[in-house]
Amino acid sequence: MKEIFEIRWHGRGGQGAKTAALLFGDAALSTGKYIQAFPEYGPERMGAPVQSFDRLSDKPITIHSGITNPDIVVVLDPTLMKTIDVTDGLPDDGYLLINTHKSPEEIRKEFNIKGKKIATCDAYKISEETIGKKIPNTPMLGALIKVTGILDLNQMLKDTEKKMKKKFTGRPEIVKGNLESIKMAYEEVKQE
Amino acid sequence: MEKIIMAKTGNESMAEAMRQINPDVVAAYPITPATEVVQIFSSFVADGLVDTELVLAESEHSALSACVGAAAAGGRVMTSTASQGLALMHEVLFIAAGLRLPIVICEVNRSLSGPINIHCDHSDTMASRDSGWIQIYSENSQEAYDNTIQAMKIAEKAFLPAIVSVDAFIISHSMERLEVLPDNEVQKFIGEHKKPYDLLDVDNPITLGGLDLQDFFFEHKRGEIEAMKEAKPIIIEVGKEYGEKFGTTYGFFEEYMMEDADFAIIALGSTAGTTKVVVDSLRKKGMKVGLFKIRVFRPFPFEEIKKALEHIKVIAVLDRVDGMSSFGSPVFHEIRSCLYESETKPVITNYIYGLGGRDIFPKEIEGVYKELEEIAEKGKVKNLINYLGVRE
Amino acid sequence: MKKGWKELPIGTQITKPGSSEEFKTGDWRTEKPVIDFDNCIHCLICWVYCPDSSVNVSDGKVTGIDYDFCKGCGICAEECPKDAISMHSEAEGE
Repeated sequence: MKEIFEIRWHGRGGQGAKTAALLFGDAALSTGKYIQAFPEYGPERMGAPVQSFDRLSDKPITIHSGITNPDIVVVLDPTLMKTIDVTDGLPDDGYLLINTHKSPEEIRKEFNIKGKKIATCDAYKISEETIGKKIPNTPMLGALIKVTGILDLNQMLKDTEKKMKKKFTGRPEIVKGNLESIKMAYEEVKQE
Repeated sequence: MEKIIMAKTGNESMAEAMRQINPDVVAAYPITPATEVVQIFSSFVADGLVDTELVLAESEHSALSACVGAAAAGGRVMTSTASQGLALMHEVLFIAAGLRLPIVICEVNRSLSGPINIHCDHSDTMASRDSGWIQIYSENSQEAYDNTIQAMKIAEKAFLPAIVSVDAFIISHSMERLEVLPDNEVQKFIGEHKKPYDLLDVDNPITLGGLDLQDFFFEHKRGEIEAMKEAKPIIIEVGKEYGEKFGTTYGFFEEYMMEDADFAIIALGSTAGTTKVVVDSLRKKGMKVGLFKIRVFRPFPFEEIKKALEHIKVIAVLDRVDGMSSFGSPVFHEIRSCLYESETKPVITNYIYGLGGRDIFPKEIEGVYKELEEIAEKGKVKNLINYLGVRE
Repeated sequence: MKKGWKELPIGTQITKPGSSEEFKTGDWRTEKPVIDFDNCIHCLICWVYCPDSSVNVSDGKVTGIDYDFCKGCGICAEECPKDAISMHSEAEGE
């Protein structure tokens, strides 16, 4: 791993881009890493394009600037690809992970992307099957750790379970569905 | 003693410290980006995790006024605010300090309007710098937590109110690794609540807030000024004790690679952390650079700062606020003023940056160090006052 | 000699209750109330109205005016139902 590994999340307001960054950061923390997780704040509106970020390191992180050259970009909503340049600042060897039913090859062709490592995961389908709702952020966590290898899957599952149990006391089906979605995305993510 | 590792934002960290302090009264009027501090704390109240009387006032002016009343009546009192909120508290700030009430504000540094903005700069606390409050700036969530706990103890030893601040969003809403102390250790550290007097002690009645005219006002102010000076050894003592008990010692400032440095940047808050990254990378290239992070801005530790900076050749003071036609910005003034007494008289320049939350990147900070080197080589300063990161 | 800053109690406290008793306001007066005890019925209306608590009363009877504190506002004279209080210039007889 690089000294500091940086992630940028693209989503739409209300889709859980912030929650995804926080969940991932928290899970990384429980594996002993130093972390930062922060959203980009502006006038928040449901549906508007939003970003959030993670920094992970084995050493304390003191930098507090925004992230401009992430190691991986995660896109929670495929329609964002048409409206914003999600590859902005992403280096040539960086990862681009997109929630879409299309294959990495199709995406590369459709958006004429040169370089980068593209991975895709149909997080809408997975979340509908497991959680019963179109919530892409938890499945994308599974896809993210598969693609980057930055965290251990079981650690991630354990940590998410702990946190969700607290938040959804008395609704075990939600917790189970979310965990299932992470596992399924981990298995199903497509890479070039 | 086992510390608990958590992932917490700056706001969550300060709220957590407030829970562990368990104040008698919190009177507040939540405001962005400090809203969460009060919101989270109010859930602690609702869940019965604290014994606090939570007063939700109709404005920040009323909130701090209620704090003044509660503290004068002998309670341990805290609140939280930001920007316009602190501005609306402004006149009550002076009253709290004048009455020597050890209130602690968890503050989030946000630009003062206008134009309206919710992001970080230091214009809010800098506008309150001469109100008689102790001011402690935090670099990250951990410091926000540690500083809040220490501030309570410092305030009650010095009988002065204290502001602990963090940078809006950059820290207040950024989740970071936080080491949380056990509840009982925090209680043991801050100790029994100490009060300067007790308005509710009916056996020893006192009058407070009397009209104080030409014949006594000056004497009372002189006493308050002395209390600010006397707070200095208290801050050091509390910071040392915190280090002995919990591992991290705090002082007036942090010196990062300063010992043999020729060029130094002075910064407050989160930018100090970003500057450390630049110092590390320039040191690898052989440049003798250092960072001087000011933690305690009030009381201003001028003797200590003078001693610490005398050996530096060229200094850049990074101010996240502008003095609006004063000669440079507040931190620059103070630094330059205290080094006027030194024989070596380092060259000191001012960089105003980051107003309204404009991000500052390592590249820009590196540029500042390069300019300092250039000044040393050419022996002259191009611009004493500079604006960093603004479009011309 | 008034106290210096080092001797003052913390936080602008006034630690002695009722210290206003030491501040005589009688010299603010330009007119003084005088009670005609032949007409006074001891109804205590002057005592009720006096804003400076300067009507002396003993055993339910008016005994006189406390000239150390009476500012000469004349409210007692105005309110007296028997016109038993009259205001006299302090300059009289000078």
